[in-house]
Amino acid sequence: MSTATRNVISRRAGSAVLFVAIAAVTAMTVLPIAIIVLTAFKPTAEVNAFPPTLFPSEWTLDNLARIFQDLPFARLILNSFVFAGGVTVFALLFDSLAAYVLARIDFRGSRILLIAIIASLMIPFQALLIPVYQVIADLGWINTYWALIVPRAADAFGIFFLRQFFLSLPQDLDSAARLDGASEARIYWSIALPNAVPALLTLGVYIFVNNWNDLLWPLVLTTDAEMGTITSGLTQLTGPGGIIPFGVMMAGSLIALVPLAVIFLFLQRRFVASIASTGLK
Amino acid sequence: MTTDAQSARKRPYRTPQRLGGNGPIGPRGRRRATIVVFMLPALAVLGTFVFWPMVDAFRLSFTDASGFGREENVGLENYIRVFTDPAILRAMGNTAIYALIFTPAAVIVALVLALALNNPRLPLRGFFRTWLFLPFIVSLAVAAFAWQYLLDPQVGLLNYWLGAFGLKIGNVLQDPALAMPTVALIAVWKSFPFYMIVFLAGLQDIPQSLYEAARVDGAGAWARFRHITLALLGNTTGFVLVVATIAALQAFDQIYILTNGGPYRSTQTVVMQIYESGFKNLELGFASALSYVLLVATLLLGLAQFVLSSRRAKDAVK
Repeated sequence: MSTATRNVISRRAGSAVLFVAIAAVTAMTVLPIAIIVLTAFKPTAEVNAFPPTLFPSEWTLDNLARIFQDLPFARLILNSFVFAGGVTVFALLFDSLAAYVLARIDFRGSRILLIAIIASLMIPFQALLIPVYQVIADLGWINTYWALIVPRAADAFGIFFLRQFFLSLPQDLDSAARLDGASEARIYWSIALPNAVPALLTLGVYIFVNNWNDLLWPLVLTTDAEMGTITSGLTQLTGPGGIIPFGVMMAGSLIALVPLAVIFLFLQRRFVASIASTGLK
Repeated sequence: MTTDAQSARKRPYRTPQRLGGNGPIGPRGRRRATIVVFMLPALAVLGTFVFWPMVDAFRLSFTDASGFGREENVGLENYIRVFTDPAILRAMGNTAIYALIFTPAAVIVALVLALALNNPRLPLRGFFRTWLFLPFIVSLAVAAFAWQYLLDPQVGLLNYWLGAFGLKIGNVLQDPALAMPTVALIAVWKSFPFYMIVFLAGLQDIPQSLYEAARVDGAGAWARFRHITLALLGNTTGFVLVVATIAALQAFDQIYILTNGGPYRSTQTVVMQIYESGFKNLELGFASALSYVLLVATLLLGLAQFVLSSRRAKDAVK
């Protein structure tokens, strides 16, 4: 056997080993998600049977029906959409307005504002939960959508991220529009925003997913079972001591996953971009 | 030489930097109005819910505030308790243990998988990337539910499968020695796709020509990996390490669901403690002091990342 053939063989063997290893890791990675999907459609008896099964022997919608009886689940779904959607819409608007000014207009104090915003990027919301809770309680907002949405209607990361994006857009267009007498509001709305759609989508996906998945925030700001989100509502199923209703829990988890899976399906590139660009911070 | 007429003509070119020269009407007044209207919503939100709370938490941390009744100034008492109360020190120690498991595991898994996915010899790279990315969309809470079922000592599939290999892991979430590694590894499962994609972006920024040049110079695979891949990924690795450590300091969701700090407080973390002290025991002053310790720790990590990456940038320029 010549060295060349041997090289080809060892190279093929190498990529076969790599392929098998990655396939195994991928299977293990997907297992918990598969368990959610498969268990959601299993009959209760089979969910709690030993030995456990991977695939349901019989597909049923019982668990999906029961989650709506055990929890005010339709309301929780609505709340999750209002909360995560509301935060996303407002944050994109307010962040982009501030980012536009910080990127395009040089005014007294703009540097200090920018530094303050960048400095606050690192502050974990967990560390400010107590005073934020007090502000919201003083406003009488506990158990309202305001409590969930307003404190997150603008965020330092979004402002910083969009400012960097606006800086990278060529200024020729706005200069031309400015010479033609267009107002800043008009340039923002008709030139800056349409050009920023990819960045807005990226940021929007990031904000939506983070809020949809958040647990601590709705847990602290809502005490009424009707005002929680899917995530915080599902924790009510885990009763200490009692038997955990795994089937119902997986059905609820599946519903929590569906909107994100849909976004993922259509906007996979945005998802990936949202991560890659946070990495470039 | 400049005459008065010339300097008067020049003035309009200099003054646009200044605000309010023309009063509320006219281009400058309008510009100021634009700045105010554009900045106001974001600044109102950040001011009310970030900057003011930062000041307020600092003030609260020196009081015995409990949410109702009078707040007495207690000086440094809360901070002294943070650093002397064995239960709190334990929570900080637990958080450190969590970070020591989570951060290296997440970063290594992410780096290894990113390298594999970046290897042109791996077939179906796009397929694997998509599926390996999936845990990213799962919340830590939902991840906790799924793993709770998989690990259940009676009906858990993982327990059953491992049992077939003679491995009895038992009730890991009730085991004081294993509960913390378990909740940390669940977070690794949920988080590695994020770091993996960051690494992939970093890998794709490395020019292919470097590898070809090194090959021509006779550098072996290991030398190329060490001196090109790892060297040029330095910034990315630093970023991922810091972000992962910061995330570890905030551990809460899956612990709240799976162990609630137990067994025997072996999974009680700092954020779990803030939640318990602040929202269950209503010790707002004390919880604020603990919050400030978390805040300062996070900011120090962020600062370290900033200093490291700017030093690396400087080295790169040299």
